[in-house]
Amino acid sequence: MRRKRLRTLQRIVGVYLPLAAFLCFALFPFYWMLISSFKANPELYNLKANRLWIANPTLDQFRDLFAKTAALQWLWNSFFVSFLTSMISMTFGIMAGYALARLKFPGAQAFGLATFITYLVPTTLIFIPLARVVQSLGLSNSIWSLVVTYPTFLIPFCTWMLIAYFKSIPKDMEECAMIDGCSRIGAMVRIVLPVAVPGVIFSAMFSFTLSWNEFVYALTFISTTTHKTMSVAVPTELIRGDAYFWGELMAASLLGSVPVAVLYSFFMEYFVSGLTAGALKG
Amino acid sequence: MASIAHAERLPVESRLWRFLKPEALTGYFLISPAVFLLLVLLAYPFVLAVYISLTDRVLGEPGKFIWIRNFIKLLQDSFFRQTVWNSFIYTASTVVLKMILGIILALLLNQEMRYRNLVRGALLLPWIVPTSLSVLTWLWMFDSLFSIVNYILLGLGLISRKVPWLGDPFWAMVSVIIVNTWRGLPFFAVSFLAGLMTIPRELYEAAETDGAKQFRQFWHITLPLLQPVIAVVVLFSTIWTFADFQIVYILTHGGPINATQIFATMAYDVALVAGRIGEGSAISLFLFPALLVVIILMLRYLRQE
Repeated sequence: MRRKRLRTLQRIVGVYLPLAAFLCFALFPFYWMLISSFKANPELYNLKANRLWIANPTLDQFRDLFAKTAALQWLWNSFFVSFLTSMISMTFGIMAGYALARLKFPGAQAFGLATFITYLVPTTLIFIPLARVVQSLGLSNSIWSLVVTYPTFLIPFCTWMLIAYFKSIPKDMEECAMIDGCSRIGAMVRIVLPVAVPGVIFSAMFSFTLSWNEFVYALTFISTTTHKTMSVAVPTELIRGDAYFWGELMAASLLGSVPVAVLYSFFMEYFVSGLTAGALKG
Repeated sequence: MASIAHAERLPVESRLWRFLKPEALTGYFLISPAVFLLLVLLAYPFVLAVYISLTDRVLGEPGKFIWIRNFIKLLQDSFFRQTVWNSFIYTASTVVLKMILGIILALLLNQEMRYRNLVRGALLLPWIVPTSLSVLTWLWMFDSLFSIVNYILLGLGLISRKVPWLGDPFWAMVSVIIVNTWRGLPFFAVSFLAGLMTIPRELYEAAETDGAKQFRQFWHITLPLLQPVIAVVVLFSTIWTFADFQIVYILTHGGPINATQIFATMAYDVALVAGRIGEGSAISLFLFPALLVVIILMLRYLRQE
């Protein structure tokens, strides 16, 4: 009996308390974002009130946000760019990943190595000359500049993620199909791809999230208010000079965070398993 | 090597055949879009970056070739030297913090408990949400007048005076380190957790029968077996943190008085705000040696595996 109680105590002190501390650290900013966006200004800036709770919840900040800014347009831009780039990268990633996992040809190893290295190249290393390249393609200040450049960091990611998935699928199935007269590409699309669906979903979703969150390129290439994506528009358009409208800023941050959080909660199983698979094969 | 030597001796026709047989052609077709995009939008800009960094180009003027004078000028500049120092401090302290906390968190998440998946999911949130938006929230949390962090710490009696989070050079560095750790910790923890889950249970059972205490088990079983994952994650994080931009740009903009300026934020300010594109490119290129070291270590490590 005493032993059991000691065990429970040990678990509380050794596991639950530290875990609770980590959870507070991880989640408090989101809690603060949430309650700040549902407070009216007088309450938001009242230092004497109980600041960790909302006395009078209101949608004022959201109303102001939609009335005064192009928030809906920014959300749409983010969605458009993220959807398109993740589809493009997915397609090219499946193609390259399959080739590297299954086909033998001179240069395959070099290409595999090159994609791995490009995955490590930080965007801040090349954003200055890339702005020039984008300009000479006639795409500066357009969301198409993002559609074109985001795949450079998404394709290497998708390719590597999918090589691991394709390699885990037994070769026999496609070989049978090819003996039965199916072409290589036909076997890939009809036999291998359906089995690799979890890997494909994970890579597509993760690419979507990476595009949605991208900041450096979007900040560099786009200057017109209505062409900006959410992640850049909120910190650049809603801070006017030295004036910070925190209620509006937090409401906009919440709006920009919810889509990826929702996407992620729907597919959390894929996410955690995909991430762990990726980490192991890293 | 053997295969290459062998290829030299083959007649021209069959050497060509290696590139032209159906399997190879399908391969080239499948990788061609990726190769094209990466050449035009990654390899070419990199070459361009090297070229621009050797010129004195400013916004609107092509500039002329000045060899490595940008680099020499930068190395003599005390502002830039501080940036180099800041980048090292920022990277070293956040990577070490994330590694230690990540191991602890992974060990905690590996325990049997109710709502385990929910807890794991919740802890990943800082890593999923757009960094620029969550960092805005941190900016509001560190506000000089309304800081909720000070409000809570004062309320709990942990501090007796307000902490000048972003207004003081020392505390500003502490702030960006806290926020970077907050954002990167989930990636470390989940990767380490994946590593932990592959360690066979029998090893611990054997240690238990030998009477090894938990700490000794951790030191002699967990840590050595986790080491490959730790190495890969640390290398990844090192290059990404070294080249980080958003957290500093939004939280402190490199200030106060340059105390948190790092490579990427300085490159942005010099090239795109001040318009000195040649010099800005040179600053960006200082990230390259770090990238090279990480690539070499990573390749050597993965080859060993």
